Amino acid sequence: MANVTLRSVRKTYPGGFEAIKGVDVDVGDGQFCVLVGPSGCGKSTLLRMVAGLETITGGEIDIGGRVVNQIEPADRDIAMVFQNYALYPHMSVYNNMAYGLRNRGMAEAEVKTRVEEAARVLELSPMLERKPRQLSGGQRQRVAMGRAIVRQPKVFLFDEPLSNLDAKLRIAMRVEIRKLQRRLNTTSIYVTHDQLEAMTLADILVVMNGGQVEQIGNPLEIYQKPATTFVASFIGAPPMNLMPLRSDELTSQIAGADGAGIVGIRPEDFVITGETASGGVALGLTVEAIEHVGAETFVYGSRQREERAIAANPGELPPGEVIVRIPGATGPAIGEQIRAVAPRDKLHLFTADGRKRVGP
Amino acid sequence: MVEEEGFQRYLAHAILWIGIAIVAFPVYLAIVASTQDNAVIANGQMSLLPGGHFFETYYQTLFVGTSGSTREPVLNMMLNSLIMALLIAVGKIAISIISAYAIVYFRFPFRMAIFWIIFITLMLPVEVRIYPTYKIVADLHLLDSYAGLSLPLIASATATLLFRQFFMTVPDELLEASRIDGAGPFRFFWDTLLPLSRTNMAALFVILFILGWNQYLWPLLITTRDDMQTIQVGIRKMITTTDALTEWPVVMATALLAMLPPVFVVVVMQKLFVRGLVETEK
Repeated sequence: MANVTLRSVRKTYPGGFEAIKGVDVDVGDGQFCVLVGPSGCGKSTLLRMVAGLETITGGEIDIGGRVVNQIEPADRDIAMVFQNYALYPHMSVYNNMAYGLRNRGMAEAEVKTRVEEAARVLELSPMLERKPRQLSGGQRQRVAMGRAIVRQPKVFLFDEPLSNLDAKLRIAMRVEIRKLQRRLNTTSIYVTHDQLEAMTLADILVVMNGGQVEQIGNPLEIYQKPATTFVASFIGAPPMNLMPLRSDELTSQIAGADGAGIVGIRPEDFVITGETASGGVALGLTVEAIEHVGAETFVYGSRQREERAIAANPGELPPGEVIVRIPGATGPAIGEQIRAVAPRDKLHLFTADGRKRVGP
Repeated sequence: MVEEEGFQRYLAHAILWIGIAIVAFPVYLAIVASTQDNAVIANGQMSLLPGGHFFETYYQTLFVGTSGSTREPVLNMMLNSLIMALLIAVGKIAISIISAYAIVYFRFPFRMAIFWIIFITLMLPVEVRIYPTYKIVADLHLLDSYAGLSLPLIASATATLLFRQFFMTVPDELLEASRIDGAGPFRFFWDTLLPLSRTNMAALFVILFILGWNQYLWPLLITTRDDMQTIQVGIRKMITTTDALTEWPVVMATALLAMLPPVFVVVVMQKLFVRGLVETEK
């Protein structure tokens, strides 16, 4: 049981490339912290720095009240689950889990108790004598988890552990990881690029971009109040509609938009109606495409005015395109002219550079 | 695979059989010759059917040797060859796997320079550096010893390169998982890398054993005592006799005996050998 505190942590590679540009994160005891961001944002590097697999070039990492900057990975009291599982291919499942314990000089009887207990929890008991290559992807993943939990470490580190699994298994394992973490109540740091995984697992969500933290907070809070346009477009699928406020079509409608340069509206906050919202936004759209997913329908409409791209963020919409999410399976026809209306309290306002949220 | 019809199929089989005959006939001839009486062979009237001197010839070859110039039993030569080949094979594997481990997994000054120096020795086989090598071995008083026979042949760039290539395919996460599991460099090498290299080592062992077994020039140079002679050198000495008839049955028996250990090694280790050369799955 331990807190993990990162204090202005930096990583500069010998070539001068700055992978982590000063990160402050505080993960409380037993909390599940998820680092999320696009590939290359430094989230894996940061995790590997906590693990001790990458050196720290600035700042401090503190695990359970002890600065671990100069401590070997084995002595940091952490356990890590890797994306490709990194099981020892020549060892049986039992030995894979027992290896780390034996290296610490634990008595064989205690090793046996712990491994068998972990195998029982993870439903691996019938497979203890098998080699990793005789297991399915999901089973290998569980062995990797088992290897982490037998150690009873202070902190679990997960490096995109589910990205090698198929979609269905991924959801099942996601739930399992969460349940397991709740039961063991072990502080965890989890890296993923999948925002859905991030939303569902996290107690604290850390959204990263370009080696920096964009926003830290509770997942729902981040969803409801993204601090920057990057967070706004990264968290949530389909992404938030972001539109520059230059066009008079918008500015004239929104009340209290002083200092804002960009307005963001979540697809589900639109209503297709003929009524004009007071203080909100009404957009005239031509329906370009419709996606039916069963419970809801996504309407892709183009705005009458051509708009320039706001920023090159992942998940960003083409200029001038707006996604509207409506419940149910019925929607407008392609080519139809619709009016999408969003009330004032559902609007997210950002400064023109997208780095700051304006208003509540 | 295309199934050939009628004539073409027979033709293909016929060609294969001809190929087998070309390869197998000399071996057969050697077997036959080793069972004949030497006088008959010397007359040029050797029969193509086995003669009646099998036990006699092989007993003489293994335990007595030729009656002429070198009276060294072939069993002793085989033993010398075996020790040399094993020392070379095992020594090469041990040295190269350790040096490859150092080059791949450790960061030290001049790492790449050292790698290239090892690489360059590929171009300097024993034959090229024979005089300096001989001088060193002689100065170290290693002439007529197993150490002298094997040590100069142990340093190997090829095996180092092979292990290096293999180590580079081992995922980094395995090393990282080992570090987190509290395994130091030695434990990682012993517990993870060695077991993973098993098939590679087997393949190398087969190649290196045969290479060592077939050494001719080096043993010829540094062994002067008959009891240190290796079998490949021995055969040659048996053929060129100055004042007596070459004892062809003994020569043929020796040649056949010289073939046996490599054949044995290949047959026993074939499965591992093939896996070691083709295996890609980690």
